[in-house]
Amino acid sequence: MVDGRGRIARLLRMWVPLGFFLVLALFPFYWMAVTSLKPNAELYNTRMMPLLVYHPTLKHYVDLLTETRFLAWTWNTMLVAIASTAISLVFGGMLAYPLARLRFPGAGLIAMGVAAVYLVPQPLLFIPLADLINRLRLGNTLTAVILTYPTMLVPFCAWLLMGYFKTVPPELEEAARIDGASHLQTMWRIFLPLCAPGFISAGIFAFTLAQNEFLYALIFLTKTSVRTVPIGVIAELIRGDVFYWGQLMAAALLGSIPVALIYSFFVEHYVAGLTSGSVKG
Amino acid sequence: MSVSSELQCCRLKGRWADWITSGLSTMRIRPWLDRESVFSWLMLAPPLLFLAAFVGYPFCYGIVLSLQDRPVAQPGVFVGLKNFATDLKDPVFWRVASNTFIYTGIATLLKALGGLGLALAMNQQFRMKNLVRAVLLLPFIVPTVLSTVAWMWILDPAFSVFNWFLIRLGVPKPGPSWLGNPILAMTSIIVINTWRGLPFYGITLLAGLQTISPELYEVATVDGASGFQRFRYVILPLLQPILLIVTLFSVIFTFADFQLVYVLTHGGPQNATHLFATYAFDLAMGAGQLGLGASVALSMLPALALLIVALTRYMQRQ
Repeated sequence: MVDGRGRIARLLRMWVPLGFFLVLALFPFYWMAVTSLKPNAELYNTRMMPLLVYHPTLKHYVDLLTETRFLAWTWNTMLVAIASTAISLVFGGMLAYPLARLRFPGAGLIAMGVAAVYLVPQPLLFIPLADLINRLRLGNTLTAVILTYPTMLVPFCAWLLMGYFKTVPPELEEAARIDGASHLQTMWRIFLPLCAPGFISAGIFAFTLAQNEFLYALIFLTKTSVRTVPIGVIAELIRGDVFYWGQLMAAALLGSIPVALIYSFFVEHYVAGLTSGSVKG
Repeated sequence: MSVSSELQCCRLKGRWADWITSGLSTMRIRPWLDRESVFSWLMLAPPLLFLAAFVGYPFCYGIVLSLQDRPVAQPGVFVGLKNFATDLKDPVFWRVASNTFIYTGIATLLKALGGLGLALAMNQQFRMKNLVRAVLLLPFIVPTVLSTVAWMWILDPAFSVFNWFLIRLGVPKPGPSWLGNPILAMTSIIVINTWRGLPFYGITLLAGLQTISPELYEVATVDGASGFQRFRYVILPLLQPILLIVTLFSVIFTFADFQLVYVLTHGGPQNATHLFATYAFDLAMGAGQLGLGASVALSMLPALALLIVALTRYMQRQ
């Protein structure tokens, strides 16, 4: 009896805080889903219990996909995120390998510079960058964002990969060097294949950051055909004072799904990347 | 036997590294190129040039812009520090500065406390721990704009779900105007920023907690330490380095936050939630005053530079 009550108390102590955090984390998503399934008559009726759907409908989803360019925005977002992630992994790896594995004059300074650049927030750069993109005549092209997203992703990937590279034991590289392999061969054929998990972590992280980017896309992409999901949603489903709430919530949910899916496949890598920056490997 | 054939036992695709290497050997510049410092700089040069072009140059150009009177699509005229003088005389600028500090300070504090709570709650043995952790991280990975739109609807003046319950609990109609009242609007953006940033703190601090050896708890328990004492004298000191790094990170990005405020309140009501970034955006992109906008954005630099230098040096030491 006493045991039973102790167990219940223990379970309560564990699950009350966890439950609180879970409800807090999930409520906005639940609210998106519920709202997106409500017909307008229900959505704007304050007498009905708002947490439930009485007559679920897919109308908002159909409208979103047929009346707006949502699919094009999704395609643009994916394209931009994948391209800028790829650029960032290549450049990030090129920065990280020498900084983490080789000795050369100036290494400390460069490493510090890379970290500092990672921490420079976009709002410090967007006005001059807007002018630069204009002068390069890249306004309203996806190239504009594919080129500018890596400014935050490259230093980030480099920093994350450096942390990972430092955990790989040096014996294999030393053996390859003794056998006469060049630095390039050692890096490409011996070292990098060992670092796939590091690249996955950095890639997932960069991908979610690229999906999340808003400021550059807002400035550089003003035509509906080149917009990304966040910009399209804000600019075209909110017209002046008119909010298309049903479609907005459908878009918010659909827009979150690709990131959430990719994240769920690689959640361990994501967490590893998240914590490697601050917890000593 | 040649090096490249030996290396082929690695069964890897892409022989270009070998071709380049053997090509360079025949040209006799390989020994020079293969020197550690030369190879390093060859690797570093492309990404560094890229960063110089798209970070270094805009940064310097931003400083030039801030010293110009530069309406959009017109050539700039050098005006010295006039833009900064204008800022200092602008009451909105001071409002923006105090908003930014309040927003950053309170949101950081809430995230640190909440994140610590989240990490402690997660640092127990229970079923489906990985699933719970994955779900708790969702607010952090979902694009900010999309979750902010959901919050906007949660806080809608006419159809807020909170107000639906508050009204039924006896609060007079139409209930609090979450985004229309200056203090409530500031509270709202702080809470939503906390909601989004909390998992970052929680998961990072959890990783830190897991590096603390369980023996330390046991020793402390045997010595008669209470739960609070164990937290205060064992956990907190060991967690301090991680807490410091996460906090510095979060302060930098909260201080320069843009999208949450831009979407939710656009700085309103009556500039009550304008931050440096949103105000700079309004001046530069809305009013077309690139120079003045750049000067507002650069006003973040002293505080940011301090934080960036502190964090970079701290990470280097680690």
